[in-house]
Amino acid sequence: MPDQQPNKPNGVPDDANTELSSAFPQTPTLGAMEVEGMLEKEDLTHAPEQSTETVAVADREVPRSLWQDAWRELRHNPIFIISGILIIFLIIVAFFPGLFDSTSPLKCDLSKSQNGPTSGHPFGFDTQGCDVYARTIYGARASITVGVFATLGTALLGTIMGGLAGFFGGPLDAVISRIADIFFGIPILLGGLVFLSVIPSRSIWIVVAFIVVLGWPQIARIARGAVITARQQDYVTAARALGAGNPRLMLRHILPNSLAPIIVVATIALGTYISLEATLSYLGVGLKPPTVSWGIDISAAADTFRNAPHMLLFPAGALCITILAFIMLGDAVRDALDPKLR
Amino acid sequence: MGIHATEVTAEHGRGRTADSEDAPLLQVKDLHVEFRTRDGLAKAVNGVNYSVRAGETLAILGESGSGKSVSSQAVMGILDSPPGFVTGGEIVFKDQDLLKLSSEQRRKIRGTQMAMIFQDALSSLNPVHTVGTQLGEMFRVHRGTSKAEAKKKAVELMERVGIPAAKERVNQYPHQFSGGMRQRIMIAMALALEPDLIIADEPTTALDVTVQAQVMELLADLQREYNMGLILITHDLGVVADVADKIAVMYAGRIVETAPVHELYKRPAHPYTRGLLDSIPRLDQKGQELYAIKGLPPNLLRIPSGCAFNPRCPMAQEICRSEVPPLHAVTEADGAPIEGRGSACHFWKETIHG
Repeated sequence: MPDQQPNKPNGVPDDANTELSSAFPQTPTLGAMEVEGMLEKEDLTHAPEQSTETVAVADREVPRSLWQDAWRELRHNPIFIISGILIIFLIIVAFFPGLFDSTSPLKCDLSKSQNGPTSGHPFGFDTQGCDVYARTIYGARASITVGVFATLGTALLGTIMGGLAGFFGGPLDAVISRIADIFFGIPILLGGLVFLSVIPSRSIWIVVAFIVVLGWPQIARIARGAVITARQQDYVTAARALGAGNPRLMLRHILPNSLAPIIVVATIALGTYISLEATLSYLGVGLKPPTVSWGIDISAAADTFRNAPHMLLFPAGALCITILAFIMLGDAVRDALDPKLR
Repeated sequence: MGIHATEVTAEHGRGRTADSEDAPLLQVKDLHVEFRTRDGLAKAVNGVNYSVRAGETLAILGESGSGKSVSSQAVMGILDSPPGFVTGGEIVFKDQDLLKLSSEQRRKIRGTQMAMIFQDALSSLNPVHTVGTQLGEMFRVHRGTSKAEAKKKAVELMERVGIPAAKERVNQYPHQFSGGMRQRIMIAMALALEPDLIIADEPTTALDVTVQAQVMELLADLQREYNMGLILITHDLGVVADVADKIAVMYAGRIVETAPVHELYKRPAHPYTRGLLDSIPRLDQKGQELYAIKGLPPNLLRIPSGCAFNPRCPMAQEICRSEVPPLHAVTEADGAPIEGRGSACHFWKETIHG
């Protein structure tokens, strides 16, 4: 939090002067006209025309919230720019794969099985004779969808559960925290092997739901801690003393002040969820054909790596870049929202 | 203790109740608050009595841990519970006992009929909302005002508490204001719905001295204008002298002395009060060692038996260690009663009359 040092006058002027000058800390351009009239002291304010011409200065003086501060920080972070461009590209690929490829990932020609890259098919063919380029492009959708929706789901469920536990404390906290511990204790891969293998039709949404169910405790712990910290702040007591009820305290005062760590953990988790989907699919308990997924392709390519390395390298490379992009984004967001962690 | 103290309060009440409009706005009777901690029972407030009328300022004076803030939190109904519990007494506000109301009923009273101003205005304002939003929230929560209307009222309020260029500053965040200006905004928030009672918990402690005087003056002005009751909680004897009508001095969860403000400064009737007054630095004492009350404030988990002040008291006798002194009505040397004075000391006569 910014200290009040710069606002405090150093000398010992008379009372009126002190309070008036401290009322305008480093903001000579703001409301310069009114100030001039009130103070009747030209030296404290700049000429009115200056405030209109120095747009850059005025821009810096506009009030900023935590989020605006974070956005400023992000805009100047090269890691954020690189990962942002990559992610925008990946999202376009995921939603409009047709823009990048005219062939279908499911149109396969067995006679071209495991053929290397040729003209028109830059990534070659897989064992079934399908175009690896097409499959890599179409595979983005599964990864991004699972990553984004699993993150949204865990963040939502985790924030609600952790928030309630942190706000009300006592028995409710004990119950929610123990439930979270139970889910937290299940190794996510083992859980996948056990639970997902008994579900015959595994769509994207089944995988998302599985990750949400096992992933929310991580967010809930962070949210609980953040809410407990925020709840003890003086402004919450002050709001209560002025008649705010529980829902208002939670939504208006506590939630916005505990969101930053939740967002940080959630963005970093996004990359992990994408790799988790690929891992589950690789193990054969994630997505199933005919869904196109990098994990499925990597799994199929692993057996024939020595004969046809292109089958493995392209989907694996795409997966790496995607995860890297999201983890870099998470890092940049963390730097912007929680500078102390750097 | 409880019985005697009530007698004193009742006596004062009878003298004034001829005029029904003069009935106290807030009357705290034999209030007990305890904290159930892992280390045991901390008795923070042990039978406190006071009353405030409309337009009157009561200063509650005491050092840290004397129970002055806790008793006012109990009045507001914002005591953290657990661990804090009100275990006895009555808080009568406008003829109804607040302790008998539901938490929802009490919430509706907060902000509209009684409001509180806190010590550190920076941490008492939410950093993620602009001051305009926070001021406007008062109207939106309690009055259901529209957003635009609430903002207009926020600007009016900011002008009312003397914030220049309010129209521009209404969209700024708390950290962009100076300490004095933030406390003015806190005051504006408390005043927004024109409550009948304001509790100010050390409103000037976090401010530097020049600004302190301005904020106190503003508070006193607004109190006069709206004819509010004001409870001023402080440990600063200087702040009290100018604005308070009467003073209650607290020690270890009890009121040890009550008096009209100038009476108290002129001739304290409790050794603790005398110690406090003697420890104010004075210009004519230059070069001498400053007086200090020896010892430490008592641990609330183990309050000394008898008079809680006895281990630190220069006048302590055997009776002070065994018997809790009731709040005696203080009289002149010839026995004539003094309006509003009480002292919880076995030797109040010796203290006040030498």
